[in-house]
Amino acid sequence: MTAFARTGMGEGFVSCEVCGLLSRPAGADDPGECPRCGGELEFRRRDAIQRTWALVAAAAICYLPANILPILRTTTLRSVETDTIISGVIRLYASGTWYLALIVLVASVMIPLAKLAALAYLLITVRQGSVRNRGERTRLYRVMEFIGRWSMVDVFAAAFAVGLLQLRPLMSVSPLPGVLFFSAVVILTILAAESFDPRLIWDSNQGKQETDD
Amino acid sequence: MERTTALAVAAAIAFFIANVEPLMGLSLAGREASTTIAGGVRQMWLHGEKITALLIALFAMVAPALEIGFLLAILISVRRPPAPRWVGTLLRWAEIAGSWSMVEVMMLGILVSLVKIAAVARVVPGAGIFAAGGVILLLAAMSSSFDPREAWSRVRWAHGDGPERPLSSGGSDAGEGEG
Repeated sequence: MTAFARTGMGEGFVSCEVCGLLSRPAGADDPGECPRCGGELEFRRRDAIQRTWALVAAAAICYLPANILPILRTTTLRSVETDTIISGVIRLYASGTWYLALIVLVASVMIPLAKLAALAYLLITVRQGSVRNRGERTRLYRVMEFIGRWSMVDVFAAAFAVGLLQLRPLMSVSPLPGVLFFSAVVILTILAAESFDPRLIWDSNQGKQETDD
Repeated sequence: MERTTALAVAAAIAFFIANVEPLMGLSLAGREASTTIAGGVRQMWLHGEKITALLIALFAMVAPALEIGFLLAILISVRRPPAPRWVGTLLRWAEIAGSWSMVEVMMLGILVSLVKIAAVARVVPGAGIFAAGGVILLLAAMSSSFDPREAWSRVRWAHGDGPERPLSSGGSDAGEGEG
């Protein structure tokens, strides 16, 4: 690894985010359009940092109600029970399928939280122009993009239970507002990860020494 | 390309079955019930969680359908290059649809839910669940055998005279790079 990270932008290239073609920009300020797909070229996504911060903040606000509010109500002849994400995990654990309990705990509770922390970390290090662990940070971004969708698992589980168990008055299941906050967290974290521009990781205050990676 | 087309056609058929056949049947104290993907969406909607219902419909029904449909349209139209420019638009839409298509996440959700339901009632798998399993495998095989760069290289360029022009000529293009 050389002392300085060479970026496409530094070398006078711009990559198209639509079709992947690497081309010479029309100008240094406005790179123009992609010669192949006609998409608008950008050296870096416009306002990527601000947009990502806004979505991270919105997701963080929804995270608490998503985990505290009940997501399902089960009505039987004898009882009415409500379940939150966590109580669903405990129920799974109690029924002997600890591995499913673990999957739901990781997917629903830990992944959204880890994504928020990871995005905040990436945003802060990019803002500081940090040159450390660039390879690791890029990998972190890729893993985050890949696992985000799995957080939806509890919403699908809820929808399936609601769809199947409508045997009123014997047993019926209905969704509660927690499910809305929970889906909001998942969607907002996916959108936040998408609005971040991983190319920013490789831009640093020019002249700083590469210390790692 | 041939293999991808075959996989996409198979995925389309399996996806159709997964959506019309019940996923699971259930019997509890002499009463029977069953549900499809659309049934879950419908009940969510009827219980007032309309936004969540729409999201589930989008991720489990609309996005996978578009992903398969767009890909089939792309594969058919790039057979004789240069393909028209709208194929480029479809390539982009197929990527977006693919990123929101979550059939495999839905499957895990169903499994999680089943474990809880099986404690109180007898559940019988329907044809839909097997078809959905097939959709997951076929979608994975389809997207791993599809090379978007190959398709992009056959699309007519917006500016200039591609794709026939060699990549090194002129000053406007410099080669292929990953997004």
